[in-house]
Amino acid sequence: MSSIAQKKGFGATIWDFMTTVDHKKIAILYLISGGFFFLVGGIEAMLIRIQLAKAGNDFLSAGLYNEIITMHGTTMIFLASMPLLLAFMNAIMPLQIGARDVAFPFLNSLGFWLFFFGGIFLNLSWFMGGAPDAGWTNYASLALASEGHGIDFYTLGLTISGFGTLIAGINFLVTIINMRAPGMTYMRMPLFTWTTFVASALILLAFPPLTVGLFFMIFDRLFNSSFFVVEMGGNTIIWEHLFWIFGHPEVYILILPAFGIFSEIFAIFSRKRLFGYTALVFATILIGFYGFMVWAHHMFTVGLGPTANAVFALATMIIAVPTGIKIFNWLLTIWGGSISFTVPMIYAVAFIPSFVAGGVTGVMQAIAPLDYQLHDSYFIVAHFHYVIVGGVVLGILAGTHLYWPKMFGTMLSEKLGKWTFWFFFIGFHLTFFIQHFLGLMGMPRRVYTFGADQGWDLFNAISSAGAVFMAIGVIILLVNVVMTTIKNERVGNDPWGDGRTLEWAIPSPPPFYNFAQTPLVRGLDTFWIEKMDGNKKGMIFAEPLGDIHMPNNSIIPFVISLGMFIASFGALYFLDGDKPWALAVLIIGLLITFGSMLVRSLKDDLGFYITKEELLEDAKGGKTDGH
Amino acid sequence: MDINQKYTPQSWPDHPETATMEGKNKFIGFWLLLAAETVTFATLFATYLALKDKGPSGMEFSAAGLFELPLVFAMTMILLTSSLTSVYAMYHMKNHNFKAMQAWLGITVLLGATFLGLEIYEFNHYLHLGFGFTNSAFSSAFYVLVGTHGAHVLFGLSWFIALMLRNAKRGLNMYNAPKFYLASLYWHFIDVVWVFIFTVVYLMGVIG
Repeated sequence: MSSIAQKKGFGATIWDFMTTVDHKKIAILYLISGGFFFLVGGIEAMLIRIQLAKAGNDFLSAGLYNEIITMHGTTMIFLASMPLLLAFMNAIMPLQIGARDVAFPFLNSLGFWLFFFGGIFLNLSWFMGGAPDAGWTNYASLALASEGHGIDFYTLGLTISGFGTLIAGINFLVTIINMRAPGMTYMRMPLFTWTTFVASALILLAFPPLTVGLFFMIFDRLFNSSFFVVEMGGNTIIWEHLFWIFGHPEVYILILPAFGIFSEIFAIFSRKRLFGYTALVFATILIGFYGFMVWAHHMFTVGLGPTANAVFALATMIIAVPTGIKIFNWLLTIWGGSISFTVPMIYAVAFIPSFVAGGVTGVMQAIAPLDYQLHDSYFIVAHFHYVIVGGVVLGILAGTHLYWPKMFGTMLSEKLGKWTFWFFFIGFHLTFFIQHFLGLMGMPRRVYTFGADQGWDLFNAISSAGAVFMAIGVIILLVNVVMTTIKNERVGNDPWGDGRTLEWAIPSPPPFYNFAQTPLVRGLDTFWIEKMDGNKKGMIFAEPLGDIHMPNNSIIPFVISLGMFIASFGALYFLDGDKPWALAVLIIGLLITFGSMLVRSLKDDLGFYITKEELLEDAKGGKTDGH
Repeated sequence: MDINQKYTPQSWPDHPETATMEGKNKFIGFWLLLAAETVTFATLFATYLALKDKGPSGMEFSAAGLFELPLVFAMTMILLTSSLTSVYAMYHMKNHNFKAMQAWLGITVLLGATFLGLEIYEFNHYLHLGFGFTNSAFSSAFYVLVGTHGAHVLFGLSWFIALMLRNAKRGLNMYNAPKFYLASLYWHFIDVVWVFIFTVVYLMGVIG
């Protein structure tokens, strides 16, 4: 099945990516599409800051402003942060545990394409009658009253991409449970693998409530049910519960992998074993556990009563404890280390005070009576941007620099990287620090303008100026990516020189089968152990060189997702009344989806073998291709 | 894994569903999927309980007045029996007795289809009474909870039938054994959910 690779044409490359089941290529797909949506969400953020730059601005109309803030939040959470983190999980986690691929390569591809089509569907709303406008939380009482199809794009798009994320979560869980190399016990797993594991468990248990809530909303809006319709006996608070039962774990789904990336960075660039590895692992698990018990702190002002508020307030305060444990472990990892301030390390060091600031304002809001004051003010906006930008986005940017050589075989420019960092970091604090005070001064969130007599002009102008700095930082990063790709200076296995875990023991980028021979793991930081023992190969092997079984590429995941995409348009226009074709579109889409699932089920797909001879040829410098 | 390898009951492993790496992955992955399904149904149950008997003022329907136990009891017995017959099928799968497995799966499918037929009859009956999907929050929650279960039954039946037809001529091997096993696992899960529906929706509904 395999052959000596030839230089591929553009069409062949596209086809290769559409059909690939290789976790490293799927990671690149996640990185590109997540990066694209990050830019879209960023442009929306800039529009918001332009509108708020001065009092009484009419740059955006009130209605358009609502659409933009909704899409900014939804895009950044679901279509930018999550896929960018999934990109690193896909690219690195299987390498860290010494696996040749994830447990379900086909489902990995399906997960990506579902996310991708869901995201495209959601964003098509801009061109098809208007975007959703009820905020990223989409509270039912507001969403049900929204005219047009914006909300339907939101519910259907997130349903599709949510299925994709759920599939990815199950896939990573099984991969980590079943595919670890010999000797890779749970307590020898790198921290990034651990956080991937816990975040995947959260995905598994948090996404179903969201999906159910979205279905209720779809039914209410498109098929006249009355889950949230009060005059029909419905209850709009059910949406809030379901959304936050998902929504709070979602915060940890985002931040835990970022914690994992930072943990790797602190150890690598302090040239030290992680301080308190065991405590870090258990703190991760505890955060995942508590993450499900705090959702109602988003709903203190709903009126659940003092008992419920007290319970959720306490739970929220408790969850700060494992997070604090992590912060101290990182500090003590740096302590006494031989530190090199590379770009990833700078991000990691900057992350600690930024994230702590976001955490502290979070604990402030755990005090329910105070939350009544802060609720729906710019204080909240400042808080969650400190957590998400100061934690997750800094983690993603750090991960991009750290793992770029492993994913692409080239090194991003350190010099430009530092420029990006300073612009982004200064811009971030300039934009959001001052918003705490705007909130305390009474400025409400989600309101499209403010009056000149309210005294918020200067602070808003400063905040908008900060956003420009962040945008410049991102543009420099793009320049960096383009220049690095054009220069194409190839790097070796361990370009940072201090890699500790298995991914740094193999070529950058790794061959498509990852490990010609499965490694044998002798302890935590296994590559470091081998290096210290003077093992030139970087690892010892658990098996002799032999044939490797690999999965076949397939277009079916793409087709299944395309079917869902088409069916969504049918569902969307179904109840307009004047569009009789909508039902046909719905049925055709579902037929494509279920038909291709049936094909997948009936047609045997046994994969293929790379022979020992091809592996030897490959080791000599030839290139074995997957198909 | 060689799909053409022939097995005898003696050479067939004790646990064919987890004898290969693919089988092991599917086994764990499917249990995790069932965890997600459990959360899904838990959410639907919670919503149903919150919206039970809730409707526009003057709504004539209530769980106590609407539901009748005899038909639902028969459905419960039929579905429970089908779970038992699927266990027999797996017993024969593990003994590498393909024909007996197919026969028991056939009986399982017949029982499942009967259940589904009765459920359609039941829904139709409610519709004739005027208790439609859009009648009230109560009706919406009822139909989505019980209907989601019904859709799972339909999917499980289609899965069994597709597997039986696809493998009718070639018998059991290490490639399809995990597939049969997972389908039966799914079937048990559907059955367990129904036990909860029978209790929470119908029994607690009639008692009031």
